[in-house]
Amino acid sequence: MSLIEKYPQEVKDIFAKYPPEQKRSAVMPLLYLAQRDGGYATREAMQEIGDMLEITVTDVASIVGFYTLFHDKKEGKYRMQVCTDLSCALRGADEFLSSLCENLQIKVGETTEDGLITIEEVKCLAGCDKAPLFQLQSEDGIEYHEDMTLDKTMELIEALKKSGREVKK
Amino acid sequence: MTHLLLRHRDIPKIDQLEIYRKNGGFDAFQKAVKTMKPEEVTGIVKASGLRGRGGAGFPTGVKWSYMDQKNWPHYVIANADESEPGTFKDREIMERNPFQFLEGVAICSFAVGTKDAYIYLRGEFWQAAAFLDERIKELEKAELLGDNLFGTDYCLRIHTHLGAGAYICGEETAMLESMEGKRGQPRLRPPFPPSYGLYGKPTVINNVETLTNVPLIISKGAEWYKALGTEDSAGMKIFSLSGRVNKPGNYELPFGTTFRELIYEHGGGIINDRPVKAIMAAGASSTIIKVNDKVLDTPMDYASVRTLGADLGSASVIVIDDTFSIEKVISKTVEFFKHESCGKCTPCREGTYWMMHIIERMEAGEDVGANKELLSSVAKQMQNKCLCALGEFATMAVVSGIEKFPEDFTAARIGGDHE
Repeated sequence: MSLIEKYPQEVKDIFAKYPPEQKRSAVMPLLYLAQRDGGYATREAMQEIGDMLEITVTDVASIVGFYTLFHDKKEGKYRMQVCTDLSCALRGADEFLSSLCENLQIKVGETTEDGLITIEEVKCLAGCDKAPLFQLQSEDGIEYHEDMTLDKTMELIEALKKSGREVKK
Repeated sequence: MTHLLLRHRDIPKIDQLEIYRKNGGFDAFQKAVKTMKPEEVTGIVKASGLRGRGGAGFPTGVKWSYMDQKNWPHYVIANADESEPGTFKDREIMERNPFQFLEGVAICSFAVGTKDAYIYLRGEFWQAAAFLDERIKELEKAELLGDNLFGTDYCLRIHTHLGAGAYICGEETAMLESMEGKRGQPRLRPPFPPSYGLYGKPTVINNVETLTNVPLIISKGAEWYKALGTEDSAGMKIFSLSGRVNKPGNYELPFGTTFRELIYEHGGGIINDRPVKAIMAAGASSTIIKVNDKVLDTPMDYASVRTLGADLGSASVIVIDDTFSIEKVISKTVEFFKHESCGKCTPCREGTYWMMHIIERMEAGEDVGANKELLSSVAKQMQNKCLCALGEFATMAVVSGIEKFPEDFTAARIGGDHE
């Protein structure tokens, strides 16, 4: 099912934000819309976006490639994206990330066997005073989890396993 | 002390429109639209001495006055791409005191004749964007945004636009490219956005914190505002304090507050009472300041921090104690800039790549002395050659760190971060 069939109102609202002759501006919001199904943009979705905006699928793919929150491959249902930049590193983020990986028995960039969690290392999330922190990116969007410990994180993962849905803090 | 920007800390529920209005909210916007000419608004902001809070410190009113009056429509973009490691102030403003920020966007839009303003938020601020969308709807319902505001012919709409994970989009011309649906790669400047901005039209781009100051300046006047802070740096500033302090967080203080007061009185001192070794005053793009008593007693305003050979920038103060090696610090900053380099210009793309490689060699114990010299030389060769500030930023910690802390760049020290 195409984006326009599935999300007619959302597509309309996105286009309303920009001048009619500048519809290319809608490429990023449309890609977020596409990622609501499966957490990544399929080739078909990119083609459809390109057609809507009168740009090539290559143009759309170059946007997906440039920005780190767009994905063209299926990974875990939840991408757990841990910040390890300077301020976080000064508060133990590297140690947090390695103990998390050890517990899940995966490396950074890998997905747990059940396909639930992919661990990623990301750049600054603007939560430097609440390190260690990560964001959880999924079909439902992005959610911050701050002042985390390994125990709290493992509890969260257990809850995600059970519910199959995002759990609010 | 009363907060002017982080007002949610004094006034509970100021994120509700009713409470915000009870505390004078939208009086300034109404006053501007009903009783003032756009250029009068710009004049007051200019006279207040307000300078951009995103890092560059450019006088805000002067920027507004540069808008090309022969080319229309005009656009306003609020820069909410907050991505500098160590900076987390704009997020708190948007999430906790959203209406004051939105009123600032509205007043700025009126001053430069904009009918469509955008808020460019980094993609990670997905929740904040959804929250602002709701607040904007409330404002439209209350007829504080929309058509024929306050019975005049002025119309204004505010839209949010999410980035998707690219630090470079905080650079204003990269932000324009991104908003136009392209990869976020900076444009050659000049022309500057007030003459050639979004869709080639005159555009003002201001940081969230900058705009949040504006309603108060219009309500209380330029003289009142100027009296806060120092002669060089008017007003209050939110200092984002992070690193090895007991109480990291945002602290709204007058310009001219010393590092010592920020770190020890507000930040609760250093973890385990260790000595402060170094400070980075403007996040990861800072020169590393070697700390002594004179540094700690330096007032934090643009001019005074410059006397230390550094910049205040966005006032994102990262505190490093003696348990952390400066080699590790630059390894972190270089890794960041290498990842965030947009790849458009060669010195930055190649320079950050090679700096990272050289650091990895050093960390593997390969000829540390020679690689340290090479690293410093690559960084210096990048300086003044990059298309935008990102490439310059990438060199700041490297050059200053090696110069001021040579002892941390020896084979014996590297790899031994936490004691």
